[in-house]
Amino acid sequence: MSTTESTTALLSLRGVSKRFGPVQALSDVTLDIPAGQVTALCGDNGAGKSVTIKTIAGLWSQDGGEMLWQGKPIRHNNPREAESLGIKTIYQDLALCDNLDIVQNMFLGHEDLRNRLLDEDKMEAAARQTLKDLRVTTVRSIRQPVASLSGGQRQSVAVAKAVMSNAKLVIMDEPTAALGVTQTRMVLELIKRLAASGVAVMVVSHNLNDVFEVADRIAVMYLGKLVVQGPISQFTRQSTVEYMTTGRANETADAA
Amino acid sequence: MTTEQTDPSLTPALPEPELTAAAPEVLANSLSEYLQAWWRRIKNGESGALPVLVGLVAITIFFQAERSAFLTSANLVNLFEEAAIYVVLGAAETFILLLSEIDLSIGYGVGIGGFVIAELIAPPVNFPWWLGIIGGVVAMGSLGLLQGMLITQLGLPSFIVTLGGQLGFLGIMLELANVDPTAVGGVIQVDPTTPIYKLVNNHMSATAGWIALAVCLVLFAAITLGRARSRRAKGLHAPPTGVNLLTIGIVSVVGIVLVYICNSNRSPFSVVRGMPWVIPFVLVIILFYSWLLARTRTGRYVYAVGNNPEAARRAGIKVKWIVTFAFIMSSATAALAGLIYISIQGSMATNIDGGQLVMFAVASAVIGGTTLFGGRGRMVNALLGGVVIATVFNGLALMGVGAAVQDIVTAVVLIAAVSLDAVVRRRAATH
Repeated sequence: MSTTESTTALLSLRGVSKRFGPVQALSDVTLDIPAGQVTALCGDNGAGKSVTIKTIAGLWSQDGGEMLWQGKPIRHNNPREAESLGIKTIYQDLALCDNLDIVQNMFLGHEDLRNRLLDEDKMEAAARQTLKDLRVTTVRSIRQPVASLSGGQRQSVAVAKAVMSNAKLVIMDEPTAALGVTQTRMVLELIKRLAASGVAVMVVSHNLNDVFEVADRIAVMYLGKLVVQGPISQFTRQSTVEYMTTGRANETADAA
Repeated sequence: MTTEQTDPSLTPALPEPELTAAAPEVLANSLSEYLQAWWRRIKNGESGALPVLVGLVAITIFFQAERSAFLTSANLVNLFEEAAIYVVLGAAETFILLLSEIDLSIGYGVGIGGFVIAELIAPPVNFPWWLGIIGGVVAMGSLGLLQGMLITQLGLPSFIVTLGGQLGFLGIMLELANVDPTAVGGVIQVDPTTPIYKLVNNHMSATAGWIALAVCLVLFAAITLGRARSRRAKGLHAPPTGVNLLTIGIVSVVGIVLVYICNSNRSPFSVVRGMPWVIPFVLVIILFYSWLLARTRTGRYVYAVGNNPEAARRAGIKVKWIVTFAFIMSSATAALAGLIYISIQGSMATNIDGGQLVMFAVASAVIGGTTLFGGRGRMVNALLGGVVIATVFNGLALMGVGAAVQDIVTAVVLIAAVSLDAVVRRRAATH
């Protein structure tokens, strides 16, 4: 099983390390995130998943190693710089304003203006088109406040918001953690469509059912190291669990 | 994993409690659907302005039954003039409450604004009236900027900063009176010939009132219907025409009643008819602030920061600036309330009760339906709330009730409004 691939990934981490005081949070992480695919980042609690996505999102800069964006080295010092490249991170809290409606949330921070005033009609039309492209069809009206939406619908709005800002890489932290069965399926379908539209998607998840449902690639972290990555076909649930819990797979022992 | 196919369009419609969170005009396609949605929201406790209106009608009936002088044009115009200052202060506090902050300083902000304006237009400065108003607004705006900076840059709670501000503003106001040799005994008279004096004490002619109303109603109808038409032309959802016509009808009736009251003779000895200038002045302020909150980025961000500052920050909104902006607006608006105050009094005096005024500011906003918890509320709520407070005070005064009882009643009304707010919020949270 190869640990790196030579295909040109949208984003590549090469030997990235990150240290907080005496704690080595990431050591020598090498990871490829190709466009148009869903990469699942798995690992037990404390394995370094959060540190990895926050480093990619620009919350922290790496101490060592390099990040390549479309082959070119990048180094961002704040989330703003990462977002300007097209890296959009959706954390579990979704960062939506409950009192604003769907359109207002999707455009928050970069509203369309006409004569220096909010151009509601233009934004509404654009938001509607984006939701239509993502086939988010369950909302009654895009002028509903987000407070009135279900968990899955909120997740969809957060994704649509990312798409709206021309994201090239969407990172989703536990997108289905708080959702029921129907809502989970709705969000997983949305993630697949997002990748199919050419966007690179990285999903951080504990839930192997979801991972095997949606991912094209799997990367597993263990104690701050990236122990394995590759196409989903190279993994079984069993081997993934072993990578997550021990950092290696004992398939031969398993088969015996 | 189940094998059934997921089709998002087959996902069942939202349960009723979720539907009720959306405004009826967002979902309705006809007047009857709108009314049904509206009724469903009321049944679920999302009643909007309805309790305030019902309460207003109830206290009006009560006072009218007690004192037949209550519903006379003389008393009602008097009531509107009293309400003016509460409405403007409520609007000032609304900027702050939308951010779930509080500004306790604006009561004496009225005092500072009043003194600055009064001193600037009186000898020895003798500024023209409009420069006096600008001076008062700028002076208070700067103090608001100072408070906003302390709150955002040092991360202090607005409660403490503005509590200090309340005392500090009182001191500044007393000092302003001290340094002015013309302020005899802490009182400055306002020249009755200035427009500042005339704001409350003079009125437009009856004919001008009707003409102004007609122009406003035609504009309102044209804008409402025009916008709906333009949205439909772009393929967007617009409120049903029946709903728009109903809205225009209600606004017209309210406007006609208001102008009719103001244009009835209110003097037993001579003929006094016409709308005091302060009424359109207050309505213009409310309209302008509503427009600011609804149509500009800054206004949108006030709502975003009030609901979820972290989401706003991540969206690139300058949260500290938005908070500072709100404190500037609140203080500057307090200066406009000071303008109304000196016009009502015909003078500015150091005996102004800023502590009570700030209570009325919060009460106007909250009674009208603006929440203390941030992110929900509108300027028009302050208009309703201010009228309710003025009605209570006016009615109690007519009944000859003493100041002690008036204060207690005000406190009870404020606490009741806040309780209602908290209960509604809890209901919303448990849905």
